[in-house]
Amino acid sequence: MMNPGRGSAGFVHRAAGAAAWALVCAVALAGAGRASAQVAIKAGVIHTMEGPAIRDGVIVITDGKIAAIGPAGSTAIPQGHEVLQAAVAVPGLVDPRGTVGLTGLYNSAHDSDQLENSSAVQPALRAIDAYNPQERLVQWVREFGVTTVNTGHAPGNLISGQTIVVKTAGNTIGDVLVKSPAMVSATLGSEANEAGGKSPGTRAKQIAMLRDEFIKAREYLDKLRKSAERAPAEGGADADGESAKAAAPADRNLHLEMLGDVLEGKTPLLIRADRAQDIESALRLTEECGLKVVLESASAAFVLVDRIKAAGVDVIVHPSMQRAVGSSENQSFETAAALVGAGVRVAIESGYESYVPKTRVVLFEAAIAAANGLTFDQALATITIDAARILGVDDRVGSLAAGKDGDVALYDGDPFEYTTHCTGVVIEGRLVSRAVR
Amino acid sequence: MHRTNLVGCAAFAVTCLLALAAVPGRGETHAFVGAHIITVAGDEIAGGVLVVEDGRITMVGPAAATTIPAGAVQHDVTGKVIMPGLVDTHSHIGGVGGADGSAPIQPGVRVLDSVNPMDSGFRRMVSGGVTTANVMPGSGHLLSGQTVYLKIRRPGGEPPRRVEDLYILREDGTPAGGIKMANGTNSIGGPPFPGTRAKSAFLVREQFIRAREYGEKVKAARKEDGSVDESKLPPRDLGLEALVDAMEGRVIVQHHTHRADDIMTVLRLRDEFGFRVVLHHVSEAWKVADEIAEAQRKGGVLGCSAILVDSPGGKLEAADLSMETGAELVRAGVTMAYHTDDWITDSRLFLRMAALGVRAGLPRDAALRAVTLAGAQLLDLQDRIGSLEPGKDADFIVLSGDPLSVYTKIEQTWVEGELVFDRNRPEDRLYQTGGYGAGHDQTPYFCCFGGAGQ
Repeated sequence: MMNPGRGSAGFVHRAAGAAAWALVCAVALAGAGRASAQVAIKAGVIHTMEGPAIRDGVIVITDGKIAAIGPAGSTAIPQGHEVLQAAVAVPGLVDPRGTVGLTGLYNSAHDSDQLENSSAVQPALRAIDAYNPQERLVQWVREFGVTTVNTGHAPGNLISGQTIVVKTAGNTIGDVLVKSPAMVSATLGSEANEAGGKSPGTRAKQIAMLRDEFIKAREYLDKLRKSAERAPAEGGADADGESAKAAAPADRNLHLEMLGDVLEGKTPLLIRADRAQDIESALRLTEECGLKVVLESASAAFVLVDRIKAAGVDVIVHPSMQRAVGSSENQSFETAAALVGAGVRVAIESGYESYVPKTRVVLFEAAIAAANGLTFDQALATITIDAARILGVDDRVGSLAAGKDGDVALYDGDPFEYTTHCTGVVIEGRLVSRAVR
Repeated sequence: MHRTNLVGCAAFAVTCLLALAAVPGRGETHAFVGAHIITVAGDEIAGGVLVVEDGRITMVGPAAATTIPAGAVQHDVTGKVIMPGLVDTHSHIGGVGGADGSAPIQPGVRVLDSVNPMDSGFRRMVSGGVTTANVMPGSGHLLSGQTVYLKIRRPGGEPPRRVEDLYILREDGTPAGGIKMANGTNSIGGPPFPGTRAKSAFLVREQFIRAREYGEKVKAARKEDGSVDESKLPPRDLGLEALVDAMEGRVIVQHHTHRADDIMTVLRLRDEFGFRVVLHHVSEAWKVADEIAEAQRKGGVLGCSAILVDSPGGKLEAADLSMETGAELVRAGVTMAYHTDDWITDSRLFLRMAALGVRAGLPRDAALRAVTLAGAQLLDLQDRIGSLEPGKDADFIVLSGDPLSVYTKIEQTWVEGELVFDRNRPEDRLYQTGGYGAGHDQTPYFCCFGGAGQ
């Protein structure tokens, strides 16, 4: 979690000493208290994502949370609150799936932790053990208004690992963590195949392996449950400790534990599937194993709209500007519109790029969707409230309402226009970017 | 007399048939009336008229001051915007490949011998308003071959099937193109590729010195009366010929370079060998903008072709890539064009790059020039394309609104007076928006990039 209580010293590096502290003091002075957690925002238009936009509105953020929001005429700004102004205010943007922080700017071995290739199935890999909150790419997306991101292990292996939901400002994982694990990342299709005769090498083998894994996870859960049932019946340990041994989860297996959570619906399986047959396979697996699945990328989703709607799964659509190559060769700018039009819940991701741009910016990707069939509100929802709902963090972020986190992105015009600038970003009441982007 | 008349009638009939079969545009006069016209050559014209005859622009101006020729096919484009077809100075479209992994410098290799004119990328390209592209081999070599300038025509109203249909011809009838070079990390690799920047420059210098000697031998074989003494000619070397062409200014070196010191290395080599050069990508050009401007003033450096991608990095030498580079170069007085580097960025979104340049401080007119006339200048094509002026090729696009808005659609693309993209045609629209059949695997062949000899 963010720690709004750290107030104006919000950029303190915990491991740093007096020199860093002096620097922070200097920064705080230069900012003239701008890092305060007590902030009010006056905007020409506020898109709350909770109802109609508010003209000439005010957002009051106190102790990191939204205390009040409404028209300027009827919303008082408490004394002592710093006032920020903007033409347009929207909820801090929520990137529903990226890899920033595991993926680094330099794209070299020392800053690329998004894929571990020793094995095709590694659900126990935790994103909290790899995320770098100080990565420049995180700052990059923050400066365009992204305040929350679901980041972690990338698509590319059958099951590559876990993702986490974090805020985009803070120095340590403890500062920024919202949810861990958020999802488990899986990939179907040719991009998940291994080279050199290793498995999986085909689409059919991928599904065979996943079915095997979930059967093993089911058995593992059953074993745990039986152990738990036996333990109280046998009472306390006898002298030689035999019953204590029986009660312990036999052969603890972190991978199966994570898949067990997925089977029980505690953690969604995020399945990247682009071609139609891969999307169908993902839905077949969902139904067979009773998983909670979120589809990712789904380049060919436009031919399976009814099937996806009937399955009731949410879709995190590929970046609109994703390259039309490989499994995404037929990707369309209008996929999000086709799904939203059918009533499917959709978010738009920054996704993963192995080369450049090293991260995409969801603001730009949703803008293309806004120009290709989505209304302004629908497009904004894909990177705010609907993204938050898909991630299960809509109690805190994704819209502007009293009680929610004080995360706001400010613009000098229509946020989707190419020539508009992001003029300020507030996370939990702290002004974390004053860059004009 | 009777016979002559018969012949005349037959000829007339043939002419009529040809006219019926002809693609709209060729041989006809078209007038586009009522659009907001961005000529790039001068002020924007509200409510303008553009007249096109036989593939060329004959008139452009305000409606009040322009007389539409009798018999012209009139197109009411009131409320639309017309601007020049976009010029892309750096593209890898068409499934192309240049040099192979056998050597780091291969000037004899022509990319035109690898173009697939039926590649769906060309269909997407015209849907994005790009009418001319400098199609290049990759950056995995110090010199990866000869580039080719292509125009996306529709011969006979059909998508092209032969690369010859796409050429822009020089006065001598040969297809126009340049030389692709690179420095920095992309062209570094295991033997026979260079392992360091200094070795890269050494290999390039060695090769140009050899080419200079070759050129002198060829010159020495030429007798005073213009004939050639065959006995004095060196054995023909296609690669050295291409380098001589570069040193004598007949073709332009299009040079991939990112880091500020790599940019300065290109300028140093240019001074030594006298080739004409355009600096491409130029992630760190903002650090040496004044030095580049000075080099352009001295001559031989035509300017910069910059790329703007959605985030910096991807490799160490692009870590300081800045969206402000375009603005900074223009401020310094450098001729600045943008390029797609397709598939690095998508040709369909080339106008977006100009708009993001404006977002980062580039003046509007410079941004529009950066995707049109400035690009033409960096390809030696400024007399034919890049602006809407009488005498120039009728390459233009019709837009639904302002070219710098995300909500604007390119509705039509015209090349030499022929309609090559029409958003109202479903088979064209498919390529603009995507969907089934819009794409296929067409990753360009970037030999050795990031992996030479490794």
